[in-house]
Formats: sequence, C-alpha cells, structure tokens
Amino acid sequence: MADDLPKADDLLNKIDHNNSPPTSWMDTPVNIRKGMYCYASSPKSVKYLGLPNARPWNPLDDDWKLPDNWKEIVFEGLKERLDKFRSFKVFMDICVRCGACADKCHFFIGTGDPKNMPVLRAELLRSVYRNDFTKAGNLLGKIAGARPMTLDVLKEWWYYFFQCTECRRCSVFCPYGIDTAEITIMAREILNLLGLNIDWIATPVANCYRTGNHLGIQPHAFKDMLDFFVEDIEEITGVNCEPQYNKKGADILFITPSGDVFADPGTYTAMGYLLLFQYLKEKYGFDVTWSTYGSEGGNFGFFTSHETMKRLNSKMYAEAKRLGVKWILGGECGHMWRVINQYMDTMNGPADFLEEPVSPITGTRFENAKSTKMVHIAEFTADLIKHNKLELDPVRNDNVIATFHDSCNPARGMGMLDEPRFVLQNVCNNFHEMPPGTIREQTFCCGSGSGLNAGENMELRMAGGLPRANAVKYVHEKYGVNMLTCVCAIDRAVFPPLMEYWVPEVDVSGLHELVGNALIMQGEKKRTTDLRFEPLPGMEDEIDE
Amino acid sequence: MALAELIEQKKKAIINKWYEHVVATYPSDTARFLKKENDQFANPVGTTTMHSLDAVFEGLLNGADIETLSSDLDPVIRIRAVQDFTPSKAVSFIFLLKNVVRECLAKEISKHKNKKEIEKELDVFYTKVDGLCLIGFDIYMKCREQLLSFQANHIKDRTYRLLKKADLLSEVPEVGAENISPNV
Repeated sequence: MADDLPKADDLLNKIDHNNSPPTSWMDTPVNIRKGMYCYASSPKSVKYLGLPNARPWNPLDDDWKLPDNWKEIVFEGLKERLDKFRSFKVFMDICVRCGACADKCHFFIGTGDPKNMPVLRAELLRSVYRNDFTKAGNLLGKIAGARPMTLDVLKEWWYYFFQCTECRRCSVFCPYGIDTAEITIMAREILNLLGLNIDWIATPVANCYRTGNHLGIQPHAFKDMLDFFVEDIEEITGVNCEPQYNKKGADILFITPSGDVFADPGTYTAMGYLLLFQYLKEKYGFDVTWSTYGSEGGNFGFFTSHETMKRLNSKMYAEAKRLGVKWILGGECGHMWRVINQYMDTMNGPADFLEEPVSPITGTRFENAKSTKMVHIAEFTADLIKHNKLELDPVRNDNVIATFHDSCNPARGMGMLDEPRFVLQNVCNNFHEMPPGTIREQTFCCGSGSGLNAGENMELRMAGGLPRANAVKYVHEKYGVNMLTCVCAIDRAVFPPLMEYWVPEVDVSGLHELVGNALIMQGEKKRTTDLRFEPLPGMEDEIDE
Repeated sequence: MALAELIEQKKKAIINKWYEHVVATYPSDTARFLKKENDQFANPVGTTTMHSLDAVFEGLLNGADIETLSSDLDPVIRIRAVQDFTPSKAVSFIFLLKNVVRECLAKEISKHKNKKEIEKELDVFYTKVDGLCLIGFDIYMKCREQLLSFQANHIKDRTYRLLKKADLLSEVPEVGAENISPNV
C-alpha cells in the first residue's frame, strides 16, 4: 500500500512554478481575479446619471449584458475621441515602444503583471486602434501590432484600465511625453458608453451629482458633523470655533473633499481647518464660509468621462456664484486639483464672475489661480507662515516624526511640491524626506487613486501601494519616521491599511491636522492632548482620567 | 558538519540560484526586470525577495529559531500573498531550495569521501526546509486574514462617525455606568 504512494519529489516536481503564459500577450485571454477588481456599477447610479446601458452585471459572468451593437459603439466612441482630442490621436501614433515607462508603474512593480506596464496597458487599446484606424494595421494585422476588437479584448480593457490610477508617473519618464493617464481616461470613457463602470466610482458620482458629496450626506447632516468637531475642539483647546455655513456675500468659499468630514483620519484635518479659520477670523477678520451644497471637492466624474467631470466641477462654481464670494479656497484633496488646474478652465471657465485670488491677510496675489480662482489651502497657509501671520508651537508635534507623501495630482498635476513641505517643517520639528526617485515629480502613487479605493480590490491596493510603502519603510527604519503626512483625502483613507500591511508602525495624517495641533489660539486653555485626544509630549500624566 | 562546509563554500551561488528559481515564478518579462534592476526603491519586489532569501538561508544554516526565521521569511511571503499566485505557488518556492542545494553541490557530493554522512545531513537539511515551508504557510495565512479584515473594516471606518452622529448606534456603556432598575 505504502509503495503506491507518490514520492515527495514526484509531488514537488508536479508543481508548476512557471507563471508565464504560453501565448503572446495578444492571444492570452484575461483572467479576472478576485481581489483585483472593483464591483460593477449599480444600475440605479448609472441610470440616475443618464449614462447608457444601466443593468445589473457581474464581471465574473460570461455575459456582460452588452447591447447587440457594442462593437459599433466602441468603434464610434474611439473615432469620436480621436477626432475630438488631438492629444489622444498623437498618443496612439507616436509610441515607439522604447520601454522607458515599462517599469515605472507602481502596479507593474507591485503586481508583477506585464500588462500593467504602461506601454502594454496602452497597447491593449492601441492594437485595436491600429486595426480599425490605420492602413498598416488593417492590412498586416498582428505583424503591425493590430488585433480586432473581441469580447476578450473588451474584458481585458475593463480589467486593466481599472488597474491604472491615472497617476502619470510613467509619463514623467516618456521621452515623447505620452500621457498614459489620458489613454486610461479615454478607455474608461469608451467603457462607460457600454455601461462598464465600477460602482466605487458610479455611486459616489451619482450621489455627488444629486446631493453634493460622495456619500450623499444631506446638508443638515454635513453641518452636524462639523458641529461635532467644534465640540471636540472646544474640549481639547477651550476655544469655540464658529464656522459659517452657506453665507451669502462671504469673502471666500471653502470646499474640501467630504472624506475630511466623515472619515478618520481626515476628520482631524477638518478640525485643523476649523481652528485655522477661527484663528484668522479672530485675528484678522477672515470671512470664509463652508457650503453644505458645495460639500465635495473630490470629482469622481473625472474617472468616468469628461462630461461627467464637467457636471460635478460646475457645481462648485455655481455655488460660488450663488453665494457671491470673491474666490474659492480648496482643501487638501488630490484629483480635485488636477481637475481645477488642467481641465476646469476649458470645461467651465473662465470663472470671470469671481476675482483673482488675493490673500486678505498678506495681500499675496495667487497669480497661478488667476483663471480658475481657486487656491490650495497648502499654498494659502504657506503664505501665512512666510509672512509670520500664525503663532505656532511645533513642539506640540514633537511626538511626530514625519515624512511627506507627494500626492500624485497636486505634485505632478499642478506642480505643488514645496508649499506643503514648508508648512510641515514649520509646524513639526522632525521631518525626513523619503529617497529621491520616490518623491516630488517622481512620487509613487498610493495605489488606490482614480476611484480604486474600494474594499473588494484590497490585493490590488496592497500590491500597487508597495513601492510607496517600501520607501516609507526605509525612512521608518532609518530615522524612526512614525507619521506619513499628505494633502489628499484618498491618501488619508487608503494609507492606514496600506501602512498596517507593510509598515505597521507608521500612522497617517493630513497637513492641517498638524497645523491645528501647533496653532496657538487666542484664549486657549492649556492643551494636554492633540486633535486625536492623544497626550501631547510631556503631558502624559496630565490627562484627566 | 561536512555538509555545512560544502554549503559555506557555495553559499553565494546557492542563494543566487534560489533567487533565480523564485524569479522564474513570474512571467518572463517581469522576471527580466526583477533580475536586472538593483535599486531597492525601483524594484522593491526583487530586492526584498533577495534580502529575504539571503536572511532565511543564513538562518537555516545557523540554527535560527522559528521567530527569527519567520520574521526573515515574512517580507517575501507578504509580497507573494497579494500577487497572482495560488496559495501553493506563493509558498512552494521554499521547497525549491532542496533542488538548488543538491544541484549546486552535486559534484562535490559525488566526489566526497564521506558521501553517506553527507546524504544523512542532507536529509536533516531537507526536513528543516519542510519546516520552513510550514512557517511560510502560517505567514501566508496571516497576510490573507489581514487583507480580509481590511475589507471588513473598510465600510465601517468610512461611515462610523456618521452613524454615531445620527444616533443610529447604540453601543453598550461602560459596566457600572448604567442605572438598571432593580425590578428588571
């Protein structure tokens, strides 16, 4: 009997260690793996937005319930965009497949899947473009890198274009300046023509379109949440903040991602904003209002289509117009700033009913926001500090050894690199940069941007966030860094699990949370805790039981 | 002891060969990148894997305890636990060490004056590798459970404050803080 049992070596030799598919990439059908994709869009949300082919569907099913003429829709959709966006046409034609971008994508680095090389991801679409829109491709087929559109190709598009965070790190290295994110944007637009969105995008977009923010928090609940923070702030500092809501004729409208209002640790950043505004109001008569209607800086429409992005962006400006403010101050958000800096002016601009932003406190004219009329709060606060307008006690953050994560969109999308660092170094005594090549223009993405910050794709998020976490781990081991500070709400939401998985000793904070800790408020009581109710350095024994 | 001496002479070659085998578990385009790029920030998967294998092999040779072996093995398993590997493929690279050692030392063993002794020591070494694989399996499971807990907490973290504020939660108070009517 025992003789019949296989030998250990026989069993071991049967394990196939080779993960390379036997066929070329073009002929290898997609394997949609759980943990790597987000759930399909809910028909209710798609319908509410008036987008096509709203129906329940499951990416794991063979039948995606596509319209009969889906190939025609893809062809026409591609054609329309090639005509409309010159950049897209150029990006389709000029890639020489040099491979400079290939190993720069965090998803390729982390997952090890070659179809996540930006060049190959783009090639998924380019191959169909060649087949349908170029003579060489049409005549020579595969030899010219062309292939016809099939259901497998469509599924491959869906799977991989929702494994790109549109972070644009690859485009920094492209000698031709091809913006692969733009290719992803076009592919997602075309997928949306067939109702192939993910729900983590579609439902927040629908909520934002209707109620004004991703979760669908109604105005009274939004105000309640902020009042909740006001109570906490009073307990911590003894100062009663008095935020203004929907105030007509206020000087400035403040819009931040709703994540700051309902999700930790973003909430501590919101408390930082409240403290800053109260400080400025008391000292300089600063007149800023929150809006319970313009209650979302994030714009997941950007991850759906240009039209959807435009609709959501216009709501912020409509609210600014309704309230009659002079300009808009924006909170710590990532892609909101890419939308403002790169698209807003063309879509909804110029916002000539607003004034060119000037800080009422320092007189600084924000010329970079001349047309969009919207200033990033990190720029605004950096300017205040530069002009000695804030009293700060950075010792209160001495428990924090910080590093700074450049969020892709403010860094690569608007070039804001030094302002947040200037603020951070003025409110915190311990700061260490991550290695070059992982910060500033070359920053590694959090791995969960562009609407991929769902729960069901956790493997993708952990793999995609590995290069970022790896650099954090380095500064943690070298300098004892214990805080990853950033200026993006998605970062603040996704970094806690990412850190817990790769570098569990490192916590996550927004920039203005640390500003709030350091800011010396008029009439404040002796502070014993930070905004998280954790003891300040040396105050461990003074906390009330 | 004889085996330990042979391994010591070929240590670098064994680790490199083992690394090559591990890298070969990735698609060929990826494997090329993992072998070529030495920058630890540009290639965290390759450099972490190499570092991990190196430390684990050293630990095996020096009789490291389970805790040390586990912490050395963790980084490479942690990576493979989120990549496109079945559970068996994620950890089976550990077994490959057996083949690698035998291949690298084949000539030396065949020529060795005390061949039988070496074979006996090899058996002991193989048993250690089997044990290492079980440690790897524990790490893999821990990682996967962690991923599931993130998924479970995802929605809760996002909405907890809202639910609390809306008075939709009724959490138990501290024991002793409640006034419980005596006739209930």
